[in-house]
Amino acid sequence: MKTKTHISVKKLSVWYGKDQALDDISVDIPDKKITVIIGPSGCGKTTLLKSFNRLIDIHDGVKVSGQVFVDGEDIYSPDVEVTHLRRRMGLLSQRPQVLPLSIYSNVAYGPRLHGIKDRKRLDEIVEHYLKEASLWREVKDRLNSPASRLSIGQQQRLCLARGLAVEPEIILGDEPTSALDPISAERIEQRFGEIKDRYTIVLVTHILRQAKRLADHVIFLYMGKLVEQGSAKEFFNNPRSQMTKNYLEGRFIDSDGALSLPE
Amino acid sequence: MNRWRHTEERIFKVMMILSASLVAGTLISILVTIILKGFPALSLAMLTETPKGGYYLGKGGGILNAILGSLALGAGAVALAISVSLPLVFYLNVYLGKNSKFAMVIRFSLDILWGVPSIVYGAFGFALMVFFGSRASLLAGIVSVGLLIIPIMARGMDEVLKMIPHELKEASYAMGATKWETAIKVVFRQALPGILTAVLVAFGRGIGDAAAVLFTAGFTDSLPYSLFKPVATLSLAIFFQLGTPFPEVQARGYAAALVLTAIVLLISVVSRLLTGRFSRHTIK
Amino acid sequence: MDIRELKDTVASSVMWVFSVFVLSLVFFMVGGLFFKAKPIFAIQNIGQLIFTSVWHPSGGKFGMGGFILGSFWVTAIAMIIAIPLSLLTAIYISEYAHRKVRRLAKSGIDLLAGISPVIYGVWGVIVIVPFVRDQLMPFFSRKMPFFPFASDNYTGFSALAGGIVLAVMSFPVMIMIEMEVIASVPLEMREASLALGATKWQTIKCVVLQKAWPGIIAAVILGLSRAFGETMAVLMVAGCALGVFTRSVFDPAYPLPALIANTYGEMMSIPLYDSAILLAALALLIVTICFTAAGRGLLYCVENRSM
Repeated sequence: MKTKTHISVKKLSVWYGKDQALDDISVDIPDKKITVIIGPSGCGKTTLLKSFNRLIDIHDGVKVSGQVFVDGEDIYSPDVEVTHLRRRMGLLSQRPQVLPLSIYSNVAYGPRLHGIKDRKRLDEIVEHYLKEASLWREVKDRLNSPASRLSIGQQQRLCLARGLAVEPEIILGDEPTSALDPISAERIEQRFGEIKDRYTIVLVTHILRQAKRLADHVIFLYMGKLVEQGSAKEFFNNPRSQMTKNYLEGRFIDSDGALSLPE
Repeated sequence: MNRWRHTEERIFKVMMILSASLVAGTLISILVTIILKGFPALSLAMLTETPKGGYYLGKGGGILNAILGSLALGAGAVALAISVSLPLVFYLNVYLGKNSKFAMVIRFSLDILWGVPSIVYGAFGFALMVFFGSRASLLAGIVSVGLLIIPIMARGMDEVLKMIPHELKEASYAMGATKWETAIKVVFRQALPGILTAVLVAFGRGIGDAAAVLFTAGFTDSLPYSLFKPVATLSLAIFFQLGTPFPEVQARGYAAALVLTAIVLLISVVSRLLTGRFSRHTIK
Repeated sequence: MDIRELKDTVASSVMWVFSVFVLSLVFFMVGGLFFKAKPIFAIQNIGQLIFTSVWHPSGGKFGMGGFILGSFWVTAIAMIIAIPLSLLTAIYISEYAHRKVRRLAKSGIDLLAGISPVIYGVWGVIVIVPFVRDQLMPFFSRKMPFFPFASDNYTGFSALAGGIVLAVMSFPVMIMIEMEVIASVPLEMREASLALGATKWQTIKCVVLQKAWPGIIAAVILGLSRAFGETMAVLMVAGCALGVFTRSVFDPAYPLPALIANTYGEMMSIPLYDSAILLAALALLIVTICFTAAGRGLLYCVENRSM
């Protein structure tokens, strides 16, 4: 049975000025599954993630070659409306970035941007997605207070609600739990597990255990190059590349003392 | 709805470009005006002679009195300001800790002094003069302008010293150096280009000011020869001479304006070069 | 070892003295001016000094109301012009301009900041006053002959000319602070907004400006303080006519700092004249101290709130 591909990356290379962040990456992100991008710090995971919603565009001097197909459409072709593209994806950053607005306005920000003005409709949306992020009960009495007053775990859940409120198809998470305490982290992971049948989820993490817990599909990057990708079961139990084996065992330099590079 | 989003952005973009152009345009307009008016009035005689024809509104001669007077006043004021600002800023950044309340209070006072209008410094200088029973003189001008530029210079130096990473100082202490030695041998060298720039900028503001010297330095036709006699300044020369109806006198005023602006431009260029050139020695 | 530590202690003591000197300078200035200004209270009380506008020093009348009004006019005009222009320019330079343009702009602003006030005055006389006299005044007196435009002053030396010059002089301070606070809004916050599908402008409007708001107010306060205290440039273009009750932007205005500067020659000849002038200087000092404290205090709070 062939799994449907939601995002298909073909020979993607990204440069920030003279530094190459990604080198000839070709991967497929399956539909309605959790895909985890892993690798050591600085290997390009975040760049790959942010290339999906073209957030890398905002950096000065960025150069992109290759193609990224979302539902068959190359999102880097010149006639693509970037704001529409981004609306189809929700982003969760490493450190929760609440907007300098009230809790209500944070969640309503996206829908308002896209034209929904009716107050009742917005109320419904805000309540619905705060419940989705399991935050509603804690904040329902203070929707108009500033979002900055929430605890970090609550803020991250607010960001999740906010991201879901634009009704994306894809959720992108850039190490979404690494700034949180264990309990909040667990709640977020739980939510991901519960909503994955409705959204395609791509997560970046450097925590192997988290990857093992959540992943259906894994992509392993090292120094901007793709080392291996595959289903979680194959990846963790039967890795093909020696480098993957080293990484999973916590070793990086192989027995010759040299770094093992992919073929 | 979508169309409105784009139109709104376009309208604001146009307004922003207009605003920026307007601001840029005023700068250009100022420079062009001064050059156009001042250039015809410039001549070797203008720069090397003192005014002739009586009581500083005479119709002959040049502006040498004002040029030398401004330089003397500026140099004196800068010397005064350096002797206060430099120790002060080093104290703030090397001796006092990062969270020192005393440092906060001092910086706040410097901020307040920075905002005091120059005419108030002039009035205060005048009050001091009356208190000491002295008359308008180069010294009084130096004191007024010196006080005026202390906050400007100190702020400039402080900005530079604040940027010096704490680790650099720690490395020095770790080798057993005292704070004084760290200040002189490590911090100073690292911050030197920035300090020089701050001094230059303060100098520029100092000689450009008229309100602080109006009451205190007086005005004269002669070259500066004594601390206790009045001195001519470029800024006051411009002010007085442009107020007369005589074109020859006004010509001197325009020439003075051009010289003053040229000095400011020179300072700008030199300070930019300084931060570029000296950075060879500094650690990034 | 001992000598090194001795040097250290001596140095820090000397520096401490300088610090205290700087701290006390503010108090010295307030105190000194007050001391010289005190005599005037013998013949007029504070209410008369502020609220009446009869200025007749040889007759012992020192009503400064007219000058305070003049200051108000030019400063208000300056702010009305400077606030939108500086903000739009700051946003453009920080957010939209190309990197090289940004560097050029910063140099230009530094240059504007360094130009002498007298030069601004000269420029005002040569460029702005004729502009007001020949273009603006005829247009407004024909099309809009009512407050605040109706006037019978056709010289061009007016509150408007003063306000325009002051606005230009306030640009550097305001633009620099506004650019700083706008740049301090974290990249991740902008990314969060963009990731939801907002355009760059929407991000600026709804997120960046929201976060930078207090800093922008601080910039305005500090610009206001600058405009209020500026002397020479405004003196040269605002008209400084005694006895005129400024009722229009085209009327001449006589701001308080200009009064102080203008009476230099006559100060000592009339009794209590110097007291009155130094009182004006004191008032100027106190007002600018309050503005500066408010503006800097606000900036300090903003810096500390955002970790």
